[in-house]
Amino acid sequence: MSDSTTAEAPAEPPAPAAEPAEDKPNFMRLFGRYLTEANSVMVTIYSLLLAFLIGAILLIVSDEYTRSTFTYFFARPQDAWYASRDLIVESYTALFEGAILNFNTLESYQAGQAEFGNLLRPLSETLTYATPLIFTGLAVGLAFRAGLFNIGAQGQLIFGMMGALIVGFSLDLPIWLHLPLAVIAGGVAGGLFGAIPGVLKASTGAHEVISSIMLNNIAALFLVWALGTTFLHSTVKSDLVSKPVDDTAILPTLLSSLNPSLRVNLALVIGIAAAVFTWWLLSKSTFGFRIRAVGFNEHAAATAGMRIGSTYTTTMAAAGALAGLGGAALALGVSSGGITTNTALDYGFSGITVALLGRANPGGIVASALLFGALKAGALSAQPDVPVDISTLLQATIVLFIAAPALVKAILHLRTPRGGLVTLEAKGW
Amino acid sequence: MRLELKGLTKKFGSFTADDDIDLVVEPGQIHAVLGENGAGKSTLMNMLYGILTPTSGEILIDGEPVSFSGPGDAIAAGIGMVHQHFKLVGPFSVADNVQLGREHTRGAGVLSARAARKAVLDVSEQYGLRLDPDAVCEDLPVGVQQRVEIVKALSGPKTELLILDEPTAVLTPAEITELLQIMRNLAQAGTSILFISHKLKEVQAVADKITVIRRGKVVAELAPTASESEMASAMVGRAVSLQVDKTPAVPGEPRLEVKDLTVVSDAGVKVLDALELTVNGGEIVGLAGVEGNGQTELARAILGLLKPDSGYIAIDGRDAHGRGPARRIADGLGYIPEDRGRDGLVSEFSVAENIVLNQYKDEPYSKRGVVDSGAVHKRAVDSIAEFDIRTQSPDESASSLSGGNQQKVIIAREFSRPRRFLVAAQPTRGVDVGATEFIHSRLIAERDTGTGVLLISSELDEIYALADRIAVIYNGRIVGEVAPDTPREVIGRLMVGAAGAPATTEPLNTEPLNDEDTDGGDR
Repeated sequence: MSDSTTAEAPAEPPAPAAEPAEDKPNFMRLFGRYLTEANSVMVTIYSLLLAFLIGAILLIVSDEYTRSTFTYFFARPQDAWYASRDLIVESYTALFEGAILNFNTLESYQAGQAEFGNLLRPLSETLTYATPLIFTGLAVGLAFRAGLFNIGAQGQLIFGMMGALIVGFSLDLPIWLHLPLAVIAGGVAGGLFGAIPGVLKASTGAHEVISSIMLNNIAALFLVWALGTTFLHSTVKSDLVSKPVDDTAILPTLLSSLNPSLRVNLALVIGIAAAVFTWWLLSKSTFGFRIRAVGFNEHAAATAGMRIGSTYTTTMAAAGALAGLGGAALALGVSSGGITTNTALDYGFSGITVALLGRANPGGIVASALLFGALKAGALSAQPDVPVDISTLLQATIVLFIAAPALVKAILHLRTPRGGLVTLEAKGW
Repeated sequence: MRLELKGLTKKFGSFTADDDIDLVVEPGQIHAVLGENGAGKSTLMNMLYGILTPTSGEILIDGEPVSFSGPGDAIAAGIGMVHQHFKLVGPFSVADNVQLGREHTRGAGVLSARAARKAVLDVSEQYGLRLDPDAVCEDLPVGVQQRVEIVKALSGPKTELLILDEPTAVLTPAEITELLQIMRNLAQAGTSILFISHKLKEVQAVADKITVIRRGKVVAELAPTASESEMASAMVGRAVSLQVDKTPAVPGEPRLEVKDLTVVSDAGVKVLDALELTVNGGEIVGLAGVEGNGQTELARAILGLLKPDSGYIAIDGRDAHGRGPARRIADGLGYIPEDRGRDGLVSEFSVAENIVLNQYKDEPYSKRGVVDSGAVHKRAVDSIAEFDIRTQSPDESASSLSGGNQQKVIIAREFSRPRRFLVAAQPTRGVDVGATEFIHSRLIAERDTGTGVLLISSELDEIYALADRIAVIYNGRIVGEVAPDTPREVIGRLMVGAAGAPATTEPLNTEPLNDEDTDGGDR
């Protein structure tokens, strides 16, 4: 992914349109039309490209050597040009190598010096970071469809972590029973915690944004307290770490037979299954019909006999359960050796961004979770050559553009699609 | 001001919304533009007010061609507009709303409350529009809010032409009477008025000249002496019977019994006060009354969205106590809500999804919690044919339909399942003449199958056309039940409190007209 890609893409659309086109619309012509239209797919693609373009500019500005070449730009512009080009190509290559495929490893592999498993390592890292985001993204996205803004995925994830952990170390069962129970415990704990803002909204009208934000703090601090209790605290370590979960409750890795460093585990499969289930729930089930009706127009839904309060409560519980499964994925997966206050990172909050980028659509959420996982894996592996902030910045910029399709449309002079621009809006503000 | 439109045309792509419109408004004249929903009235007004740019044609003010690039230009040229949906900032005072966009200051950006109040008082005195500049807008009755809009429009630097877009749609009959008087006064004072409406009676009562628009074209120029049926047939392009043919009712068992029903609002006002009402199968009972006298609450209580403080409701002989809306709907209660956009439709949903909105849990539309989209689609196709819903496909979103067709979606939903009793609240509000005719005949057909119908309408014409019995509601009580041949004056007196007092402009009810907080039901 270099600057050349960035520059090329916006210029791409005219090419197919310039095809010798008859009056009847042929495929290329329709395709060209599609490319120059501000529909949701193209806006997403252009948002990515624009974000990488802005990232490139900031890379240049933040790099001391490249910046210095600009001080004598008018004397030797080629210095600035080559320095910028090299910097951008190197940085984005480093991100790519950390997230998808390392070219050095590829060479070693071709030379017969590395195993196939080594090649998969960046991808495995990407998938590992993406997994919790799939769950939290679904948690936010599902609630969104009911018109609820679930900011509480972080807290729900933390409770899911604790639920899975407790079942994971305290029971003594065979793996076929222990693992599912621990995973389910995570979902139940997250679901119960997630139901709280739903119950509060249904019974008292308390706004879920306020209550779920505050519950995040409660969850985070509860975790600090809980980790200090003898029940949870590690028996061997003195710092704030929990006991490890039993071997029978650890999510099996998927590819470690190829190479022990491949961390990606069964949670990914559970995550994708959860996404498929969420899609099915929303589009095929009567519960999903009710969620969508309430989300679009609660008055009409109430008039049609749907119970609004219980819809809020059950939706929030389901959302919390999804985030809780994400917590279980951490506690029984990458952090099965013991969770700390840092294990949850900001997965819950990033879930909001993932859901927005995925337009509250399960398929889109999986795709955007993979993208964010890739950015995360790439940024961590490219340190210290590339500042880790560049990944955060790319995420933020992508979402900024996605959230403002009119901006992308104006920058690139796209045409308005039939039915207008699609913007995701939160209700209840 | 003399306003002239010459060949004004507006095209949206290949669709021509307004085609070669010619129109002249003489100074001090009330000129009515009459047309069905979607005839191009709003597009025309938006061009006049600078919101849309004409594709061709010109606008002349006192003989000079003008072109507006925005409402600011139109206001500067002396045009004021009162929109159908008010553009008021609810928590602001009347004075603040009137000065919105052209604030009175003492220089350096400091607001002058005194100047703002004075400006309001000046205009209200000049035109006889009583207003309290310090009142908070959202607390005012709808009719008074509209007066604020009128004063706001008149407060432009030199407003000489006022556009009123469907101004009576939200008003009570008493407020309408008053508005029409205000319009006459304004015209007498020299203000020209362009009055957009599809209500024939009002147009007849107030207009000096009537232009009828159909499918974007001027189809008739009528004098106010034209008869209603003349106007109606010009509007829809064919003869319309405003009279509904029906046979005498054959009342059967009671399908709705309401006894001693009392609902106290959050503000402590009895919005329903020991109300008693019975509707039998096979008859239409018209509930007449000035809006805001408890009709909304009664309908919501019958559906079960509003929990009564005391009293008894039985639907089809079954005590409704403890049964939520879903159970009552399953028991055979049909419900056409008065506010279609808010309570009737999920506008983002497809036509098909809206048609099954209160039946999606029933077979064949779903089985064991899974929606059968094939069955839903088939049902929608059938309903679209049966109820003549004009839509490109069942998958089109409900918001893409015109008001009349949206109402037909609701009618289709309620009429295509077994029902014992039907509440029809304002079933033809904002619906064009053709669709009104259709809905009326369906209501009669419904009655003839033995269903009991409670028709809640603020339009006496509609009640007279359909009802077999008329109940009049006032201050949350039924103050009289009369036969459908009772003279208008008698019902009119009952509607304002039986004592025969003339219609007042004071709100009859201290409760705000919008029923935001009266929902004590499910939430």
